[in-house]
Amino acid sequence: MASPAALRRFLHGLPGVDQVGAEARTATLSTRSIKTTAKAWALDLATSMIDLTTLEGQDTPGKVRALCAKAQRPDPADQTCPAVAAICVYPDMVSTAKQALGHSGVHVASVATAFPSGRSSLDIKLQDTRDAVAAGADEIDMVIDRGAFLAGDFTRVYDEIMAVKQACGSAHLKVIMETGELVTYDNVRRASWLSMLAGADFIKTSTGKIQPAATMPVTLIMLEAVRDFREATGRMIGVKPAGGISTAKDAIKYLVMVNETAGEDWLSPEWFRFGASRLLNDLLMQRAKLTTGRYSGPDYFTLD
Amino acid sequence: MPTSHQQTSAARLDVRKTYKLYIGGAFPRSESGRSYVVEDAKGGFLANASQASRKDARDAVVAARKAFGGWSTRTPYNRGQVVYRIAELLEGRREQFVDEVQRGEGVAKRAARSNVDASIDRLVWYAGWADKVAQVVGGTNPVAGPYFDFSIPEPTGVVAVVAPQDSSLLGLVSVLAPAIVTGNTVVVLTSYERPLPAITLSEVLATSDVPGGVVNVLTGSTSEVAPWLASHMDVNAIDLTGVIEPELAIELEVAAADNLKRVVRPDSETADWNADPGTGRLTRFLETKTVWHPIGI
Amino acid sequence: MAFEYAPAPESRAVVDLKSSYGLFINGDFVEGTGHPFKSVSPATEEVLAEISEASEADVDAAVKAARRAYTRTWSKMSGAERAKYLYRIARILQERSRELAVLESLDNGKPIRESRDVDVPLVAAYFFYYAGWADKLEYALPQSANGGTHPQPLGVAGQIIPWNFPLLMLAWKIAPALACGNTVVLKPAETTSLTALLFAEICQQADLPPGVVNIVTGAGETGRSLVGHPDVDKVAFTGSTEVGKAIARTVAGSNKKVTLELGGKAANIVFDDAPVDQAVEGIVNGIFFNQGHVCCAGSRLLVQESVYDDVLARLKRRMSTLRVGDPLDKNTDVGAINSSEQLAKIRELSQIGEDEGADRWSPTCDLPDRGFWFAPTIFTGVSQAHRIAREEIFGPVLSILTFRTPAEAVEKANNTPFGLSAGVWTDKGSRILWMANQLRAGVVWANTFNRFDPTSPFGGYKESGYGREGGRHGLEAYLAH
Repeated sequence: MASPAALRRFLHGLPGVDQVGAEARTATLSTRSIKTTAKAWALDLATSMIDLTTLEGQDTPGKVRALCAKAQRPDPADQTCPAVAAICVYPDMVSTAKQALGHSGVHVASVATAFPSGRSSLDIKLQDTRDAVAAGADEIDMVIDRGAFLAGDFTRVYDEIMAVKQACGSAHLKVIMETGELVTYDNVRRASWLSMLAGADFIKTSTGKIQPAATMPVTLIMLEAVRDFREATGRMIGVKPAGGISTAKDAIKYLVMVNETAGEDWLSPEWFRFGASRLLNDLLMQRAKLTTGRYSGPDYFTLD
Repeated sequence: MPTSHQQTSAARLDVRKTYKLYIGGAFPRSESGRSYVVEDAKGGFLANASQASRKDARDAVVAARKAFGGWSTRTPYNRGQVVYRIAELLEGRREQFVDEVQRGEGVAKRAARSNVDASIDRLVWYAGWADKVAQVVGGTNPVAGPYFDFSIPEPTGVVAVVAPQDSSLLGLVSVLAPAIVTGNTVVVLTSYERPLPAITLSEVLATSDVPGGVVNVLTGSTSEVAPWLASHMDVNAIDLTGVIEPELAIELEVAAADNLKRVVRPDSETADWNADPGTGRLTRFLETKTVWHPIGI
Repeated sequence: MAFEYAPAPESRAVVDLKSSYGLFINGDFVEGTGHPFKSVSPATEEVLAEISEASEADVDAAVKAARRAYTRTWSKMSGAERAKYLYRIARILQERSRELAVLESLDNGKPIRESRDVDVPLVAAYFFYYAGWADKLEYALPQSANGGTHPQPLGVAGQIIPWNFPLLMLAWKIAPALACGNTVVLKPAETTSLTALLFAEICQQADLPPGVVNIVTGAGETGRSLVGHPDVDKVAFTGSTEVGKAIARTVAGSNKKVTLELGGKAANIVFDDAPVDQAVEGIVNGIFFNQGHVCCAGSRLLVQESVYDDVLARLKRRMSTLRVGDPLDKNTDVGAINSSEQLAKIRELSQIGEDEGADRWSPTCDLPDRGFWFAPTIFTGVSQAHRIAREEIFGPVLSILTFRTPAEAVEKANNTPFGLSAGVWTDKGSRILWMANQLRAGVVWANTFNRFDPTSPFGGYKESGYGREGGRHGLEAYLAH
């Protein structure tokens, strides 16, 4: 990307998004009825795509270790239940998580860059990132500077992502756009392209701290963006809706949307994630219903 | 020579008016070269009128179609002014129209005068409708969804009008004005026996601001010309008000079905042209267009 | 990893199919005296039921029943009471919506997703909307349109509806007619009689006075008897332009009022600044909704040449996700063609498209062995001169043309004897309004397509018919003025 003007021209030259049309499309996709074998497959896939998250001021090593145990073996009663994709924590909890997960294959993702507001200097954001990576984070979930984006300073956002990407080293970079603060789908599309051009490995909807967090239409726009980005550059980017997806039914709707928008190439934890905490237990309950034929209850699943 | 000069000044030979067709803003004779004798109500000679042929009808439709794009996209305010201007000019030629109505329809001078006055007033009435009818018959539709949805009337297109046979000016104005004020262009086939006010009206139109081709006036036989208009595939609507033979009216309505013309059937009773016309004729040659657009950010 | 959706069939158990159905005259089901015919499921060719054919005498009996009901009951009833009947019907339609949707999909071949989410909810909505008009008719017309008097019903309406939206077209016809105080004799299309007959049951359930609604089943001959019946005051027809013209000829010289909602060859116009993903959805919805059996289908796609390749690639990719198959499967996007006759017509015109040199493309899709099926198809390299760009195919077949300037788009869009609908896709507001202004079509969808609402007038210009259905305008067709 050359000049700020060229970057602006490019982003504003992207096709517009008609809100009503985009929402109508997701409404139609939501009517897909996923039953029996397809449902079993989708439940396991969704489980394996979860970034099991705790991002609270009250997080402790004990809490994080418990979550790591759950991540590796979500349903202790059922060995066939897949592990989740990653644990998502604050940077200071990365080493605890890393220790707890060992070589389980479950990744450690860390939020960074003055999460969730991103209101800090670039130096501090970069140091935040380096700390997390040094502590063993496999993935970094950064936040963009929404203020700069909304002020039209795309170059600032772009440069910051580039710098963080560099600080990540070999860790994967997920770029959180905080779509609830970008408000329009046109902005979501522009922010998606901006992030991808700047080197994001994943684009992610939300911090989970702002409402609305992930929505179907926002995720639809992002899926279209990664699909079109691959068409244009050959490079594949992952998508992560985060926040607000708490039921198996919703998760399956998202998978249907992935399938029919970006395509089946994205139907793997490598390219699609759910940032969630409550979702896992609902997936487990639905899973139990499919295997046992009866409805389960929350008491039968661990709370961590 | 002095002698002959004296003769003419004693009994001046009057200059008779040639009544021609009015097509595309020009006054041609019928391409067929035919004319017919127009008599007054008592059977006396009034004038020779051109007897339009199918080819004249064809030319008139071409002229009307050509004028449609421009006329239909004028602002309604402008169309209203143009129609009002017709009324102004008619007022200026009031005596001529009174004379023609009186002789053609065989009515008393007083009745003819009131007839002409009513015609002028009707034009004024319709002129005012130009920029109001859309608000009366159009509007927004409160659909159950995030869409802005509105319906507006638009002119149907080229309208063929068989003008009333009896009421040669008021009847004519009453069928013509609502069609053009809403943006249609018209080919009017005048009363066969009483065509003179229509021809004089076309002279008014020619000097008014009505663009050539918006109104085309044919004089001649209904049974000969109307079928060509009824079957013409580039005519969008036909007003059969002036068709008095029921069999011919059916034949014309059947022909009109070939391209699904909007048809105004002849009134079953003699129309009272002095009555309040209502909005009926104003909306006969309007199409409703509905436009949808999403509402979003 | 491929995400294979397991079959998700809607249960047929909710529908109680009888082996044979009679006509609905004067509140009762009676045997027709014509030759009974079979109604088949177009998805499987399974015979669903035997349907009575209404002979001329049966039609006469129905019109007489309607006249009696009109004179003695319906025209004398207050608008408020008529309204309550219509509200009652609307509520029953909602209560029995699943049954109606399943039966519609079974008999018509349309996907259950559409009958459940589009057709049946709209059917109830039309009845609700017009119910509310029944006691407000004095506000419906400009005061002087009828000399300032209270608007009067016309009398007996003869209504003929097509097979593409059997119940919805019934609602478009019956709801405003009844609200205005008319009684009706309605003939459904011969391939899709079943939901109309179920509606007759609903009339019984609502205790609608006998004769207010009469349903006569049969084909063209029955329709001709109805249109030609001397005691019918109003003819309302939705169907082909050819039949529409025949009706216009039949009623010539009579006092019958007529509304015709006929064919179309709508242009769906995509500009280079369109919201492209929504435009692609609009193209797909425009032509593949209801298997393209839609009079206002966007069957001519006009794409600005500068974005042609991109739009085409996106369209093809999107078409590859369309699921064609069992109409009762909740995941089906495109169902069965309604009849073998219609399938033959679609095949014939598609063959003509190929013969005339257009390039044909369909996504790979497995079509069932039995039943009437046609894969979603597009033709590229089409010009205005091709028959597939001029004639209504009434199937899932899209002709794609290009244009360079807005004026050229308008010229091509309007270059047809039809004028029912049009679509415009652009992000530029002033251009939308300019296009909407220029297009000679009764409905213009801008940045959307195939939207319907009871409050929104619908109907065509030129050979697409005359009169409007829906909204306040829809009342004009059923009132004397």
